[in-house]
Amino acid sequence: MNSITVTNLTKRFGDFLAVDELTFSVRQGEIFGFLGSNGAGKSTTIRMLCGLLKPTSGAATIGGIDVSRDPEGVKRRIGYMSQRFSLYERLTVNQNITFFGGLYGLDRVRLDARRRFVIEMAGLHGREQMRAADLAGGWRQRLALGCAILHEPPIVFLDEPTGGVDPLSRREFWRLIDQLSASGTTVLVTTHYLDEAEHCHRLAIIHAGRLAALGNTDELKQVFAGRAIIEVQAANPVEAMRLLDGMPEVEKTSVFGTAVHAVLRANQAEAIPTLKGRLESAGVPVIAMAPVRPSLEDVFLDVVEPAGAGTGH
Amino acid sequence: MRKMLAVARKEFRQIARDTRTLMTLLFVPAFFLLLYGYALNFDIRHVHLAVEDGDHSAESRSLISAFVNSGYFDLVATVGAGGSLPARPTVIERLLPDTQTKVGLMDRNDVRAILVIPPGLGRAVQTSKPTSVQVLLNGDNANTATTVMGYALTIIRSESARYLPAAAVPLISVEPRVWYNPELRSTLFLVPGLIAYIAMITAVISTALSIVREKERGTMEQVRMAPLDAGSFIVGKTIPYFLVSLASALVIIAAAMMLFGMPMRGSWVLLLVALSLFLVGALGLGLLISSVADTQQVAFQAALLVSFLPTLMLSGFIFPISSMPRFLQIVTYAVPARYFLIALRGVVLKGAGIEAFGIDLIALAVFAVVVLALASARLRRQWV
Repeated sequence: MNSITVTNLTKRFGDFLAVDELTFSVRQGEIFGFLGSNGAGKSTTIRMLCGLLKPTSGAATIGGIDVSRDPEGVKRRIGYMSQRFSLYERLTVNQNITFFGGLYGLDRVRLDARRRFVIEMAGLHGREQMRAADLAGGWRQRLALGCAILHEPPIVFLDEPTGGVDPLSRREFWRLIDQLSASGTTVLVTTHYLDEAEHCHRLAIIHAGRLAALGNTDELKQVFAGRAIIEVQAANPVEAMRLLDGMPEVEKTSVFGTAVHAVLRANQAEAIPTLKGRLESAGVPVIAMAPVRPSLEDVFLDVVEPAGAGTGH
Repeated sequence: MRKMLAVARKEFRQIARDTRTLMTLLFVPAFFLLLYGYALNFDIRHVHLAVEDGDHSAESRSLISAFVNSGYFDLVATVGAGGSLPARPTVIERLLPDTQTKVGLMDRNDVRAILVIPPGLGRAVQTSKPTSVQVLLNGDNANTATTVMGYALTIIRSESARYLPAAAVPLISVEPRVWYNPELRSTLFLVPGLIAYIAMITAVISTALSIVREKERGTMEQVRMAPLDAGSFIVGKTIPYFLVSLASALVIIAAAMMLFGMPMRGSWVLLLVALSLFLVGALGLGLLISSVADTQQVAFQAALLVSFLPTLMLSGFIFPISSMPRFLQIVTYAVPARYFLIALRGVVLKGAGIEAFGIDLIALAVFAVVVLALASARLRRQWV
């Protein structure tokens, strides 16, 4: 069963096409990732799905409700948390929970039950009377998530929820998201951390307002079917990249840490010795050169950057 | 309703947590009242007076003591007879003013007024011949000079009346009675204005920052995601600020009564009604500014602009509305302090009932409803 259905969703700001004919759907209980660089249109899409922004054209239904027709109905069925963890810093943990519970119209009994749940979930025992401002990043983030799901929404939108949080807290946060999903909550999350994207059941890569790719990680990696990626460790990676870009077998290159990834036009691992010989005869010693399985980052760069449009540095 | 109360409770907690702001809201207004109340005083007392007595008669001494005993004048210098005022003071005389000359005294602001009694006053009075005395006034402050002239004329007129035979008393005499403020103390006129002025500024500024702050911190976005309508949000925000500013206004009113002897001749209930309507309008105006502005700085300046000048200049606080040009008179209809002042002065000074200012209360209510509706409409437009 689909809990989010998006059909040809478009948003235009004047001459600027922020979101261009997006179509996808999200199943109930799925963790659906929205991947894209800054300004790709992720936040605009989320805002339309939440009923905050009217689409220029196209349609979206959230939990069976048309966003354009009944934005208030949508608001009742969703939880939303953004990168800024919008808590009231001067208020205590408990007071924040009380306020957001009140906003969603929870009665006292339900609020108390949900308060216990959120304190438990966020690991905030003994910190109920602390001011939100005094909480460390990870706790604030979990409290913000807790406040967003006080009313037990079937669908949760997370807009870059892990910005500015240490890796350990991020892992803890993703564990919570897995739990939500396991209990049947649909989660739509935007991120530009590629490692986080691996937690998602399915991913949509958004580029310049368009849906550039859609599927689970294995499906996404299929864009490299018929092509090969080789990783080159060279003494002078910049020079190696320049030379590789000039070779007919190479479609494009990008920097991966200290190594260079070169996408070959065909699945021709046998070309490796030839390429290596050419690099070395041009005066660039090669330390290692081997085919690698495409990572999500390879996929992202391949989808987002048309061949020949430059490299990832 | 529950959602609105959640907003109100949250807002109240935020205010309560912010001790500095709370103290500012509660006590700075009272402090302002003290400052303005003592500085803004149009009553003139202890006018420094010099006397040139060219007569030295019982009558001239009686006239001088009438000035001194009036309480308005302090005799600080006497100018010797014959030390007359040169018609055109020379440069030297201007640069080195002699304490003994009238020009010197006046130039150095030693005196504001000089009473010049010519020789022969006593004899003229005794023989019932008309005569005159001269009063020289420092006109560098026209208001003060006018007032002082009024005092001097009154004293001389009543002194003159003493010498008239009973039969010569004019057939029609004026017996002025100034109602509500028999001593014409300007504090009684100004303090209600100050109350309106200070309450307006505090109310507008406190709320002007409250929504824009949430926009800046990002909490607004979270609230917008909740199924909460803009009206509940606005009303929820108004409630706690209303209670705080009401407390603050009552502190000012108490201070005005204790320190400036402001009377309370009318009904407290009416005063509370007028005050509440006025405050809700002012808070609504602040919220409207806050819903339009994008940064706290802009909101603060806009709040000052709409509360400070109009309330000072266009409310009838200091300048009577009836003597303004027609165009400005029309503008004053949009200044809530205008209506509140009529009601406040009516209740406090006159003990007037609702029939005297019912229409002004209605105007205040209309203003409050309009600004709150505009603020909600503005927010609603931003929300969806």
